[in-house]
Amino acid sequence: MLDAKIPSGPIQDKWDKHRFELKLVNAANKRKYKVLVVGTGLAGASAAASLAELGYVVEAFTYNDSPRRAHSISAQGGINAAKNYTNDGDSIWRLFYDTLKGGDFRAREANVYRLAQLSNNIIDQCVAQGVPFAREYGGLLANRSFGGAQVSRTFYARGQTGQQLLLGAYSALSRAVGKKQVKMHTRKEMLDLVVIDGKARGIVTRDLVSGKIESHWGDAVILATGGYGNIFFLSTNALACNVTSIYRAYKKGAYFANPCFTQIHPTCIPVSGDHQSKLTLMSESLRNDGRIWVPKNKGDKRPPNEIPEEERDYYLERKYPSYGNLSPRDISSRSAKEVCDDGRGVSSTGYGVYLDFEDAIKRLGQKEIEARYGNLFEMYERIIGEDPYTTPMMIYPASHYTMGGLWVDYNLMSTIPGLHVLGEANFSDHGANRLGASALMQGLADGYFVIPYTIGDYFARNSFDKIDEEHEEFKKVEKAETEKINKMLSIKGKKTPTEFHRELGKVMWENCGMGRNESGLKKALELVPQIREEFWQNLTITGEADDLNIVLEKALRVADFLEFAEIMLWDALERKESCGGHFREEYQYPDGEAKRDDENFAHVAVWEYTGQENKPKRHIESLVFENVELAVRSYK
Amino acid sequence: MKLTLYIWRQKNAKSKGFMEKHQLDGVSEDMSFLEMLDVLNEQLIHEGKEPVAFDHDCREGICGTCSLTINGTPHGPEAATTCCQLHMRKFKDGDSIYIEPFRAKAFPVIKDLISDRSALDRIIQAGGFISVNTNQAQDANALPVSKEKADLAMDAAACIGCGACIAACPNASSMLFVAAKVSQFALLPQGQPERKRRVLSMVEQMHQEGFGACTNIYECEAVCPKQVSVRFIAQMNREYMGAYMKNEE
Repeated sequence: MLDAKIPSGPIQDKWDKHRFELKLVNAANKRKYKVLVVGTGLAGASAAASLAELGYVVEAFTYNDSPRRAHSISAQGGINAAKNYTNDGDSIWRLFYDTLKGGDFRAREANVYRLAQLSNNIIDQCVAQGVPFAREYGGLLANRSFGGAQVSRTFYARGQTGQQLLLGAYSALSRAVGKKQVKMHTRKEMLDLVVIDGKARGIVTRDLVSGKIESHWGDAVILATGGYGNIFFLSTNALACNVTSIYRAYKKGAYFANPCFTQIHPTCIPVSGDHQSKLTLMSESLRNDGRIWVPKNKGDKRPPNEIPEEERDYYLERKYPSYGNLSPRDISSRSAKEVCDDGRGVSSTGYGVYLDFEDAIKRLGQKEIEARYGNLFEMYERIIGEDPYTTPMMIYPASHYTMGGLWVDYNLMSTIPGLHVLGEANFSDHGANRLGASALMQGLADGYFVIPYTIGDYFARNSFDKIDEEHEEFKKVEKAETEKINKMLSIKGKKTPTEFHRELGKVMWENCGMGRNESGLKKALELVPQIREEFWQNLTITGEADDLNIVLEKALRVADFLEFAEIMLWDALERKESCGGHFREEYQYPDGEAKRDDENFAHVAVWEYTGQENKPKRHIESLVFENVELAVRSYK
Repeated sequence: MKLTLYIWRQKNAKSKGFMEKHQLDGVSEDMSFLEMLDVLNEQLIHEGKEPVAFDHDCREGICGTCSLTINGTPHGPEAATTCCQLHMRKFKDGDSIYIEPFRAKAFPVIKDLISDRSALDRIIQAGGFISVNTNQAQDANALPVSKEKADLAMDAAACIGCGACIAACPNASSMLFVAAKVSQFALLPQGQPERKRRVLSMVEQMHQEGFGACTNIYECEAVCPKQVSVRFIAQMNREYMGAYMKNEE
């Protein structure tokens, strides 16, 4: 029943063949179709601009004050492309293979191959927009290496690649807004999707300044609303990132794929106390020269410089002698958790490990370390107040990215006709683990180079009744949302939305974070409904509904996290294998390596909403590997 | 730490604002400035009072959303640091701290510490782009760019669009913001075809929005969290003069 619409034929010809088979909309007819784009990060802004250039009527929505604020802006490292400018043996095929293997063979071959093909067009497009990528002295583009690859294929703009690419897409979007091809709605948050006659026909939003609930109709809806990493309360995501748009679409009939595939990044600045509102990522590149260790003895509270060499445990070097401190993200993260759970963690909370540059400084000199990591050391000092040249850094893993998302077919359309999902919000390309520098690539591929073709096919094959915001379905959703808000305001309980969010985050982090097991997941499945029940009885919100109300905004987001959490738990419980970011403690080799089960789980788990009180229904999309051999990842 | 906070409260764009005094106890020096405000807000909610509205999002100094004037300085006392990355260890027990929004005629206050900076978007919409449709690009290496120019363009492109430069300027001039974008594109070969038209339209829009002119005070550079240099203002002035004198339209 789930038809991924993957074209037949050799993998390298699929996208070409598909583009030929897609129906077209005549240039003069494009202005008869209106597309709503929710979210203006890399995927949303690039889609909105590209569709406007084609002639479609486009309206774009962001809850921020400007499209330039989207969280894509925080990506540091770079963007992959198979240009092979470095002549080191890269190719589309190699980028395809690395991405598929990095995802632990839980992604679709055809999608990943297309992504690798389009990677080159992205770099061309961004350079033409004036993105100031790093250059060599000869004036040509520079590349660097990144995790999970043996070639140098990452393009970068200092440590701000995400910012520069987003500003490129933002400039294209701004140009379209200036030409009145796109109507831009800022400070408007989507509350729900409106489905009419089985098709996605609009959204209902809340104006975050006036509090007004408003309807917007369209002929298709694009969700480019990012991931749900904030389910853990603490993550590297921006504070407003939330699951509402994709979760509401799920409740309206869009299937949710692989919700338990979340990525935990090993090198973040640890939590310093209950006041903590977010975690800051430190580039993974630090692990090239830093050595990770904790004291050998439990409860050793001496300052790091007073702990002698023989009383330190360089646990990654000990356990994974060939990869050492450069072991992959999932393995490094889990090992840090193990030593901290063992009572040997550092930092005031006991949840931190040292990343020590003493040996590197001795070997290379402070100047060289400064040249390599100066800006990161500065950022660390700003946040922690300690000088990492003299005192070892403290790091700890944090939630960073979600590979799961709404299920989409090869055309990026969900199970609701007309609802398309792009970027981190969909599930399609990263399998169970995303490689570094691939998120930017996917967001822009979806927005610039996939959706402009596939959405035309949807319009050409369907007919659309004329509707507007007065349609009864819009009125129904508006009424439901207004009632929900009034209900929230009337509870007048004792706990703030942030307190509920923190509580949920703790349950999810402990039971569905870096390590998961059956009893923990089952316990969480009991705890989450309890928190949710209390939320609806004991929530307090100040202020009014028809005003700028930061407490209400937060409560609406937390309410959806509290429901969504259960699908994540069910998915983690029923995927009885370990793969990528999903580590089930029951499924490991004696040496602690993840034990993947290709015989039973080489598929996408796709969840269908079946009513609030029921367990969601699990469907599967089998993954067919015709071009690669499934290999076991080993880093010994 | 125990702090006395004086915070700008304003119900909405139409009402008059005032400074409200709050005592806050138990502030840890490990908190960021915004986390300190989070703590205050949680307390206010528990007391049934409306929390202080302020803009923020990434909390890692790159999205440009946070916009507080702290003790009279946009983003506060630490150089090259947005207020989301400012930490409380920069303050002392017993300090009084004055917190206001970014102020300028073109940045009307929406509520409390939130001001409307959409004027900056409209300046970009007027010309802050290179007109290239999707898929019109040539190969990325077709036009070499010298490393020096690319690096300089990146220095300008580092602007996060927060508007601190405007809030700090006695003229509420947005010249540093506009100059950063004009210079980024003027330095790159891809930006040449629209070079004149761009600077003329962006400057025109800047005037229409009600931003003042630059009188070389350099407060903008002093508060810029990304240390964008005023040399770009000089470059924009040259660009503008050249374009104005040789206006082909």
